[in-house]
Amino acid sequence: MTWDWDFTVEILPDLLRGFRLTLLITFSAFGISLLLGLVVAIFRFLKIPVVVQFLNFYVSFIRGTPLLVQAYFAFFVLPYYGVVIDAVPTAILVLGVNYSAYMAEVFRSGIEQLPKGQWEAARALSIGTRRTWTRIVIPQAVFPIIPVIGNYLIQMFKDSAILSAITVLELLGTSLQIGSRTFRYLEPITLTGLLFLAVSFPSSLLVRRLEKKYGSAH
Amino acid sequence: MTIQVTVLGIALTVIVAFVAGLSGLSKYWFIRWPSYVFVEFFRGSGLIVQMFWLFFALPIFGIEVPPLLAGVLALGLNMGAYAAEIVRGTIASRPKGQTEASIALGLSPTQRFWRILIPQSIPAMLPPFGNVMVDLLKNTSLVSLVTVTDLTWGAQTIRTNTGQTVEAFLAILVLYYLLSLLLGWLTNYLERAFALDRKAHGVSRKRTLLGAMAK
Amino acid sequence: MAAHTDILNTINEDLDQPDSVEFSNVNKRWGDNHVLRDLNFTVAPGEKVSIIGPSGSGKTTILRILMTLETPDSGVVHVGDRILWDATGGKKVKETKETLATRKRLGMVFQHFNLFPHLTAIENVVEAPIHVLGMTKTDALERGEELLDLVGLNEHMKHLPSQLSGGQQQRVAIARALAMRPKVMLFDEPTSALDPELIGEVLGVIRRLAKTSSMTMLMVTHEMRFAREISDRVVMFDQGQVVEQGDPEKIFGNPTEPRTQKFLEVVGA
Repeated sequence: MTWDWDFTVEILPDLLRGFRLTLLITFSAFGISLLLGLVVAIFRFLKIPVVVQFLNFYVSFIRGTPLLVQAYFAFFVLPYYGVVIDAVPTAILVLGVNYSAYMAEVFRSGIEQLPKGQWEAARALSIGTRRTWTRIVIPQAVFPIIPVIGNYLIQMFKDSAILSAITVLELLGTSLQIGSRTFRYLEPITLTGLLFLAVSFPSSLLVRRLEKKYGSAH
Repeated sequence: MTIQVTVLGIALTVIVAFVAGLSGLSKYWFIRWPSYVFVEFFRGSGLIVQMFWLFFALPIFGIEVPPLLAGVLALGLNMGAYAAEIVRGTIASRPKGQTEASIALGLSPTQRFWRILIPQSIPAMLPPFGNVMVDLLKNTSLVSLVTVTDLTWGAQTIRTNTGQTVEAFLAILVLYYLLSLLLGWLTNYLERAFALDRKAHGVSRKRTLLGAMAK
Repeated sequence: MAAHTDILNTINEDLDQPDSVEFSNVNKRWGDNHVLRDLNFTVAPGEKVSIIGPSGSGKTTILRILMTLETPDSGVVHVGDRILWDATGGKKVKETKETLATRKRLGMVFQHFNLFPHLTAIENVVEAPIHVLGMTKTDALERGEELLDLVGLNEHMKHLPSQLSGGQQQRVAIARALAMRPKVMLFDEPTSALDPELIGEVLGVIRRLAKTSSMTMLMVTHEMRFAREISDRVVMFDQGQVVEQGDPEKIFGNPTEPRTQKFLEVVGA
């Protein structure tokens, strides 16, 4: 079997449609992960007794278990409890929740990296809590974590392929479908790989440049 | 089955990591560049895509690929690429003072590399390596998608057979979680055992370890 | 350097009355370490006091408790006639409104400057006056510029800390603290983190303040000659207690306590 260029051209539109879905899932989940991660980080920081323990466990558990299994859980188990959601929203939610745990850790490390002296100087000048955060802490903490968040975005983009396992027709899912339909897997999967590479590689170069500029939180 | 895949995966990962990582430090561009391309290629295209590709595409080139092999191979190459960066990065970031002191003492380049740089780099490598190991453990679940018996696949079978979805998946999640915690503690322990700037009691133990490694 | 009499006069006018500082039976522990032992210590209004002593003796803790960066385990701390911390009988201290109001009467200069790196020198100086004291931007800027001029940095107002030397940064830090019109100024080893050739410029500013303003000043330092020169009183501190205190000439020239003698010998004063 050799490479069939005609076939390649033929399947391109389908693949691009899958790719669009990949992008949709990635960016939607990214937004969710940032928001949820921020909420978790804030509540952990406020040190409310029971909540903190629960959130710490939540973060540890999500980071310690595979995305695939979490996806299966959401897709197969939730319907038992009457929660029936379509595949795509489920995918976005699962990916978003999964990465929110990583984001929460990033936010935490960004805050913790701020030298204690900054907090003390603000206190010595009697600068209030809100202003300490908005004027002193956040402006300094945010820059080093940008590269890390960038890397997570790239990872999410690649991990979205895993969600093909719960019947989502993003890029990988589409290519597998094409393959099972035509029995030609070579072209679709190769194209899929190349497409992922074509997006990931330049993005990671960009992130590395950001890292040099802003320093890194890890 | 998961254990089998994990162990093989770790073995392959470590081998690939050191080969590619050390090549990345070579002064010969024709050794460095292939390593660079390799690392970027395997990090950039996703692991799951690589697994499927190896499974479906290799037979075309006449290589018969049992699913387990495709899974482990992709796992090892992919995680190896990430680990290679760790190897390369930690060695490259050792303080220059070490190299300079070694030169001043008259050590040859090979001696410098194996007896000074590498032993010092190992402790620094452990924490990120630990993370890679946890990722590897989690990624073994993907091997099930290429239809290999695995913790995850086991759960699916249980599900179709008995309809006990919730318990099955919860059990699987808990198992993975416990395993990843275990890996985390193991890494911490190794970190402390190899710690270079511990002045307290670990001195003689450290010397033996370093001595053994430097041989 | 210009006479700066205007700004110095303003500082003194603002002061109105400098505050005293009083520690009564204050104890502080860090784990097993009894950092402050039943400390009774007073600084009179307008007095310039230097605290010397070995590392770990607890001298910095005194300043940190005053600046509410740490809390006493027991005892009472007064600033002027207000209570800063009340931990009588070892009751757990909380920050009260009075604590916060009292704290505003103190200013602190840190060993590691702690300037806000993303703000320029002038921005560092006016941030708190505008948002804590409620000064208008114009007033704050005017005063801020005068203060930076006083410490010799009028050419560097729009510079970021990263563009300034250690000595310059510390001088900005002094201006920043002064901008809040404190009644009591605290200096925590202000020159210990500086390269030797930069120490002089910072000591010069502190000397000026000591000689011309009626502020209460409390300084922890290793600069013995300087302490001898500008202090009204020198306190030798060790292991959480006052070992000896008194006139600088007496402490440095003719110390009576063996621990003081030993310490001064070791540091070569």
